Amino acid sequence: MSSVTIHCFEFLKKYRCLLYSPIDCKYRVPSAAPHVDLLQVAVIHPTLQTTGSLKRAEEGRGGGNSRKARSVSDELSRDMSQQMGDSHRRFLQTMMANGIVDEQGARALYQHCCETHSTQCTPDKLDDFIDTINSRLQPMFMQIRKGMSEDNGQQYYALVNMAETNVTRMSSDYADNELELFRKTMDLIVGSENGKASSTDILNSTDTMTAKKLKKSETEHLLNRFVNDKWLNEKRGEYTLSTRCIIEMEPYIRAMYQDQVKVCHICRNIAFQCQICENPACGIKIHNPCVARYFKGRSEPRCPACDDFWPHEIPEVRRPQSRSRR
Amino acid sequence: MTQRKRLSATQSSSQSRRQTGSLLAQEEDDDSTFTQPSSTQVQRGLEKLTPAQVDQKTAEVVQYFLVKDQKKIPIRRADLVKHVVKEYRNIYPEIMKRAVRIFDQVFGLKLVEIDTKNHMYILVNKLETVEGASPINSPTNPKMGLLFVILSVIFMKGGVVRENLIWNTLKKLRVDPAEKHEEFGDVKRVVTDEFVRQRYLEYVRIPHTEPPEHEFRWGQRADMEVSKAKILEFMGQLHEQDPQSWSQQYREAHSTPSSTQASTSSQR
Repeated sequence: MSSVTIHCFEFLKKYRCLLYSPIDCKYRVPSAAPHVDLLQVAVIHPTLQTTGSLKRAEEGRGGGNSRKARSVSDELSRDMSQQMGDSHRRFLQTMMANGIVDEQGARALYQHCCETHSTQCTPDKLDDFIDTINSRLQPMFMQIRKGMSEDNGQQYYALVNMAETNVTRMSSDYADNELELFRKTMDLIVGSENGKASSTDILNSTDTMTAKKLKKSETEHLLNRFVNDKWLNEKRGEYTLSTRCIIEMEPYIRAMYQDQVKVCHICRNIAFQCQICENPACGIKIHNPCVARYFKGRSEPRCPACDDFWPHEIPEVRRPQSRSRR
Repeated sequence: MTQRKRLSATQSSSQSRRQTGSLLAQEEDDDSTFTQPSSTQVQRGLEKLTPAQVDQKTAEVVQYFLVKDQKKIPIRRADLVKHVVKEYRNIYPEIMKRAVRIFDQVFGLKLVEIDTKNHMYILVNKLETVEGASPINSPTNPKMGLLFVILSVIFMKGGVVRENLIWNTLKKLRVDPAEKHEEFGDVKRVVTDEFVRQRYLEYVRIPHTEPPEHEFRWGQRADMEVSKAKILEFMGQLHEQDPQSWSQQYREAHSTPSSTQASTSSQR
């Protein structure tokens, strides 16, 4: 008997994923980024604004006739529900469980979801597939957004929360002083030349905290939590914003750090880890992976804006690895 | 103590409730003053609001459920009304109707009232699990392995077991409920408290036992989320035996429709 049960445990261990799956939590709402509580200005995604104004226009026309307006929106939702099938729902649930998936993974997942529910899968239609999900997600203040990793230049898809409501505030697992440390870390990262903040600088920044001060050990523990929860990355004692954090917080960072924020000259997205043109009259920024791609195969690198010599080391273009993390 | 017992206890002792003024008691008060509005009241309420306002409130309710469901503790209507619905309580049925539709159409989830007396809700996944085929490995919760073993034992033993059997089984699996486990922590607390509050298990005292003894049954959430056929399949693999050889269990596993689509069981 006991050999059977030991066997059972080993079996359980070995087949953990398979066994756990029937009863495992497969979905998670994206917890709003830690910034949400600190948000002073409402950052509303442009698409939300347009739907909002559309609705307002509709109300204006309808006047007090809400019944008419409602039937219009009912019709709209019926149209959209025809597009969204179980393959979309399975894709969304996996995104909710993971938060962020690289492009390769998203493609494989798209194919898997279509095969599972016997729907047609057109390999180059992933973005359309996601648009369909987004059209139904946006009224819930969520969105699957695409962005590039500053580390390896790959594209990622992240499920982000765009709402700043009392409800999302509850999903934040951090106390007020912990959120303040996160904001201080972000200040340091945005203000830095290389998009990094050292653990020493972060520890020192706790001296100026207005909320309850964090001890050294608490700060170290908290930084680990930020890394585990995928808000920060850490490498040799230096912290950077994670890809998911940048994707989710881009509108916030653009609004809050208007004067400091760097924008990549090539891809036009915000940039933290980047190279900067040394011509003082120019000074454009380019993401490291964008540098690699832009200058690939050029014998003498020149700034795409001012045509001055580009003095930095040109990184290699990184090929997508079979299954890279983050 | 089961959650249900504790609740009914607080409900009956309304006097001590007012005196203690604990958070739970206050919320209980909230729910007792909440009466389901009639359809004409809802209609009138809707006419005073813009569709955008109703959509916004529905979105907040959906987010609230998604956030709160992460801990798998049933969501109380009293809390929902108090923290989210607030001044929209006169159109509560309409908002819930829309939330149910969104969970169904967008997320593939089913919003189920698990306890119609105390008005508690859970979310159940409507999509069947596909055996280990997903190219993306989602994070798993190791406690679910523990739960799976316990549910399996209860099911194979005919639906109800004394607690000693569970503890002994776990010991044989090198999980001692008296010791702190590296992955599960306080095993006894996880099994008798966490799983019970999540409604995966029922843990009830057997009457007239001294010292008190308890027995385990499947909780309502387990009925809805866990496929008995899958458990039997696992048992078959474990004992290298045909699942059909457990004829009683096999009949039970295949008489009720598979857990996630068990729409009938969710109505109770």
